[in-house]
Parts: sequence; structure tokens; C-alpha cells
Amino acid sequence: MESSSSSSAAGVGAVDPQLQHFMEVESQKQRFQQLVHQMTELCWEKCMDKPGPKLDSRAEACFVNCVERFIDTSQFILNRLEQTHKSKPVFSESLSD
Amino acid sequence: MESGFGSDFGGSSGGKLDPGVIMEQVKVQIAVANAQELLQRMTDKCFRKCIGKPGGSLDNSEQKCIAMCMDRYMDAWNTVSRAYNSRLQRERANM
Repeated sequence: MESSSSSSAAGVGAVDPQLQHFMEVESQKQRFQQLVHQMTELCWEKCMDKPGPKLDSRAEACFVNCVERFIDTSQFILNRLEQTHKSKPVFSESLSD
Repeated sequence: MESGFGSDFGGSSGGKLDPGVIMEQVKVQIAVANAQELLQRMTDKCFRKCIGKPGGSLDNSEQKCIAMCMDRYMDAWNTVSRAYNSRLQRERANM
């Protein structure tokens, strides 16, 4: 692949491999950050009573558990949807349309 | 700032874009977007926690509450980030 796309052909459509790699890494980092924003907001509601002078250990433990259970929930839902879809494809019609 | 991004992406160097310049700009844009995201969510959360009944001004106790809330929100953000990161690490090790 590398031999066929020489640097002289870098006119149209060719993507700098270094740039492509950079974009992949950055968008992965961005997905991570986005989920951190989302979970912080969600867990703040569950774990924060009144903001005190420091984050106490109980609240901190709550945040950690909250993250773990959120990811568990997301995986559970994904698995269950996959299973029900296999045994009884409810969405097949709407998806295949 | 916006016109700066636009004109640079337009390709002032005759259609050939410098990947280094693009990467730098992407990094700046990501940082700005993340700061905005944090600011927006933090404002929302601390407003809810600290402003009971909006009065004629932001009084002293409300300002203290907001300052404390900001610091705790950052703590929470960092705690969540660490917890998520270690979860990812564990799952990668189990694969």
C-alpha cells in the first residue's frame, strides 16, 4: 500500500498517515473526555450533597462506584439487547428497511 | 479567532496544508471545546447547588458556595477520569 501511494500523489484524497494517526488518537481522547464530562454530571447528582471544603472520602468512593456501575449498566444493556435480538429480532424489520 | 481558523484551513500556501499546523489547530479547538463543556456543566451544577432564590445580587455566601462548588466539581471530574481510566486499563488487561 505504501509503495503505490507515493508522496507525489498527495494531491487529491491522499491523507498524510501521520495526520491520520494524530486524528485517530485525538478523537479517541475526545470520546474519553466526553464520557468523563457526562459521568461527572450524572454522578454529581447522585453523590454530591452540599459542596464542602474538600471532597470527603465517602463522596469520592461514591463517584468511583458510580463510574463503575454506569459502565456496567451500559454493558448490561448492550449484552441484553444483543441476546434478545438473537432470539427474537424485534428490530429486524425497522433496521432492514 | 474564527477567521484565523478559516483562512488557515483555506490553504494560503497554495492548497498544500502543513500537517503540523493542522494538528496544532485541532489541539487548540479541542482544548477550547473541552473548556466550554466543563464551564457549561459546572455553571449549571453550581447554580443549582448555590442559588436558592435568586436575589438582587450574588451575595457573599453565594459566592463562597460557588467557589467551593467549582473546586469540588473539579475534584469530582478528576476522580471520575481516574476511575474510568483504571476501568479501561483493567478491561484491556482482561482481553
